[in-house]
Amino acid sequence: MAKIVTIEEAVALIPDGATIMVGGFMGCGNPLKVVKALAESGKGNFTMICNDGSMLGGPSGEEFYGVAQLIHNKQIKHLIASHVGLNPEVATLMNSGEMKVTLIPQGSLAEMIRAGGAGLGGVITPTGFGTLVEEGEHIAGQIEIDGKRYLIEKPLRADVALISGYRVDKKGNIWYKGTTRNFNLPMATAADLVIVEADNLVEVGEIEPENVMTSCVFVDYIVDGGNA
Amino acid sequence: MDKALIKPFIAKRVAKELHDGDVVNLGIGLPTLVPQYLPEGVELTLQAENGTIGVGTLTEENKDPYYMVDAGGKPTIAAPGGSYIDSCTSFGLIRGGHVDATILGALQVDEKGNLSNWIIPGKMVPGMGGAMDLVVGARKTIVAMEHTQKGNHKILKNCTLPYTALNCVDMIVTEMAVIEVTPEGLVLTEYNPEFTVEEVQAATEATLIISPDLKPMC
Repeated sequence: MAKIVTIEEAVALIPDGATIMVGGFMGCGNPLKVVKALAESGKGNFTMICNDGSMLGGPSGEEFYGVAQLIHNKQIKHLIASHVGLNPEVATLMNSGEMKVTLIPQGSLAEMIRAGGAGLGGVITPTGFGTLVEEGEHIAGQIEIDGKRYLIEKPLRADVALISGYRVDKKGNIWYKGTTRNFNLPMATAADLVIVEADNLVEVGEIEPENVMTSCVFVDYIVDGGNA
Repeated sequence: MDKALIKPFIAKRVAKELHDGDVVNLGIGLPTLVPQYLPEGVELTLQAENGTIGVGTLTEENKDPYYMVDAGGKPTIAAPGGSYIDSCTSFGLIRGGHVDATILGALQVDEKGNLSNWIIPGKMVPGMGGAMDLVVGARKTIVAMEHTQKGNHKILKNCTLPYTALNCVDMIVTEMAVIEVTPEGLVLTEYNPEFTVEEVQAATEATLIISPDLKPMC
């Protein structure tokens, strides 16, 4: 059963230099309050696995939306993502050598995280075959099966996963709203420590078992995002 | 051709390739114009790789930008009967051949159907996002783009930019022509009568095979 902690306690659980996964897509589904607190913590040297670098300019005019703040603060030494085009600061930091960037096809990235959480040794995918992706450190090799060529991608795991749930019960069961399920769902399974930010913290039973999208068994800590 | 008419012209021709009930993924820019030109009676299920199946009509009232965005990070909404899914399921849908067509732009396409559209080394490195999975997994990959880039060839013998995927393009639609990728090479099946076949060939580095059924576009 997950434990409810304050946002400060949650940030204290994230060590300097940790490999962190952050759920979301272009900021949508980033755990915004936990990420903001992490940005203000002064911690850094993180390897961050996130689909993207979010973007500059959030829905309410936030200057640096979601994980874009961590990138802007230079708290990330290595970003593993599929798309970084909507946050021009990523290219700037990459070109200046201040941040290493590894680009992985989005579907492979999702599946590598799923494999990391599901105890699989890798992902065999046709995506990226014959391209620069073959040269990545995340590639374990190639294989031909029934005449078709595939890349073997290594699984991905993290020390800490930062997840966002719209409705989270006090045991840690999660229901995601809209498109925020994206990378939150696989990432919640693929880290040693999983912290979920609950936009709405609800009583156990308020999410019917049929509607639990991430079971509480994957979740270690809950932060009350305070919208309930 | 009048610059302002090029994109609608291409979108209108691409629309004819789609069938009622098709599951379709549209790239950003020009491809998003395609739905407005669908023939009567053709309804698509639009899929967005970050997790929407069945994109609906966005209004001021239903928009919820913190919770529902499209693959470009802009507000979106699922249509009645649509659904929201996670990224693993979404790319399973894509790689698994459940998407009938993906329509996207290109920097370069070559005569083997190889596609380059995700990186200009040293200049533009946005990342491949979902493009590599889409062109590998979709049943049909249609490149919708202007025939040349400021007079430079984009339809080449061999791509010079890093590949998005090999042998993945099925059809190229431009303001000048419709070209099908076949094992024999690029077949010119339709041309815009504003241009001659010679002009189309001159704007194309790869040698075009002229279809015996060559006809005017649209």
